Amino acid sequence: MLTPAFLGPLAAHAFLQYALLGGVLVAIPCGLVGSYVVIRRISYIAGAISHSVLAGLGLVQYLRVVHGVTWMSPLGGAAAAALVSALVIGWVSLKLRQREDTVIGAVWAVGMAAGIVLISLTPGYAADLMSYLFGNILMLTPRDLVLIGALGVAVVAVVTMFHKQLLAVCFDDEFASLRGVRTARYHFLLLGLTALTVVVLVSVVGIIMVIALLTLPAATANHLTRRLSHMMIVAALLCAGLTAAGLALSYGPDLPAGAVTILLTGALYFATALIKRR
Amino acid sequence: MNAVANPVLACHGLDFGYDGRPVLRDVNLAIPAGDFVSVVGPNGSGKTTLLKLALGLLRPTAGEVTVFGERPERARHRIGYVPQHAHLDPLFPVSALDVVLMGRLGLGPRLGPWRGRDRDAARAALAEVGLGDHADRHFSALSGGQKQRTLIARSLAGEPELLLLDEPTAGLDAHVEEGFFRLLEELNRRLTIVMVSHDLGFVAGVVKSVICVGQKVVVHPTSAITGQVIADLYGADMRMIRHDHRCSEEGHQC
Repeated sequence: MLTPAFLGPLAAHAFLQYALLGGVLVAIPCGLVGSYVVIRRISYIAGAISHSVLAGLGLVQYLRVVHGVTWMSPLGGAAAAALVSALVIGWVSLKLRQREDTVIGAVWAVGMAAGIVLISLTPGYAADLMSYLFGNILMLTPRDLVLIGALGVAVVAVVTMFHKQLLAVCFDDEFASLRGVRTARYHFLLLGLTALTVVVLVSVVGIIMVIALLTLPAATANHLTRRLSHMMIVAALLCAGLTAAGLALSYGPDLPAGAVTILLTGALYFATALIKRR
Repeated sequence: MNAVANPVLACHGLDFGYDGRPVLRDVNLAIPAGDFVSVVGPNGSGKTTLLKLALGLLRPTAGEVTVFGERPERARHRIGYVPQHAHLDPLFPVSALDVVLMGRLGLGPRLGPWRGRDRDAARAALAEVGLGDHADRHFSALSGGQKQRTLIARSLAGEPELLLLDEPTAGLDAHVEEGFFRLLEELNRRLTIVMVSHDLGFVAGVVKSVICVGQKVVVHPTSAITGQVIADLYGADMRMIRHDHRCSEEGHQC
């Protein structure tokens, strides 16, 4: 997998080393949070959050170029948009459960639309749209890696502290609430973790394919393991391995790394699903 | 039955409806400590609704329900609730022990992993329901009866005084059901049990009284259940199975 055609350049170019390290670092929140997303069955909420990220990215670029506002980073804008979407969807699913799917669709499309309008209002930045949508792991900077690493540490800390409650809420939230667990709080905590994880994954595979990298390694791990803690570890290892493989295989033929990563991820998922069915 | 002192579960003039459609009307009942009650009635009659009112998951539109003399929300930690297992995700990655540990929420530590004390309590609860060697089995690999026992163990892990079960025998075959009632009979030595049943669930001879939920809610000692009572409730003749009655309390007729 790590062919000489990739290893040579890897030793020579810092951007490839950053990309490889970025893939390993995102794997930690991806495996942990992706497992919760799969067992709680909120893949579509994660999809809506990821698409709404474009509004945040577009707003930061627009403010920077048109109004000279420089203190906001694209990643910060993305995180803000993702957290706002998570709050909106979380509130709606608590208060108006029967309309949840409609609101998920609305957040999904309105977030995209706002982002596209903002980017079209921003002169000279249309090229960024492609890297937002499809990701560009080769553009990761050391500063991005520090942020991704910090998020990974934060996710591990939160999961270690609240795993009991999160597990109970995902398995049977009615029972958890009867045992005194504030289930709404943990619902929002999970959506918040999902939002932040989506933001770091966007830098690797882009807005459109985030949902696959978040959920498919975890779903594959679900086929292979029997306990949530094992599922999380296997999902994180798969996520790291798949982004590294996607990077290595795409580099020689100059293919988009994000898309190759997702093709590998999807192939592995369908293969284990078929074997599991036997 | 209205003269029960310190009832575990009591309703006074309780009304409940969904969106203005009345489901339960003027329910008055008092369940004493140590009772084993089966709540029976046709589908849609409000049996599960009565259970959810007792758990504080639903609020009465009029009247009140009390558990251990308090509002249900305040007494929840003394209630062990056993829902139907059919709504749980069959692929969910948990072992039987993981499921039972969820019953320790509220008793164990708030932050971080479970302590040894919680694991011991969960293992003891599994042993009590006869699944001592199944702690590490995948929950989805258990049979229907074993899943039901696991959920009972989960509620026992919370050290309850009152056990509320929602259709615990749904989907179990007859000999599994028999063993299941033996387990409940054993638990009834130290716990008050209220069980919603899709059938006349007192056939095993372990139930001490029956609450019939229909147009009105009526409490009977099991000895007062006659073919006429059942016909009134279900609107048709049902098969009656004889068993030994152990109940001597006074009940009233429908």
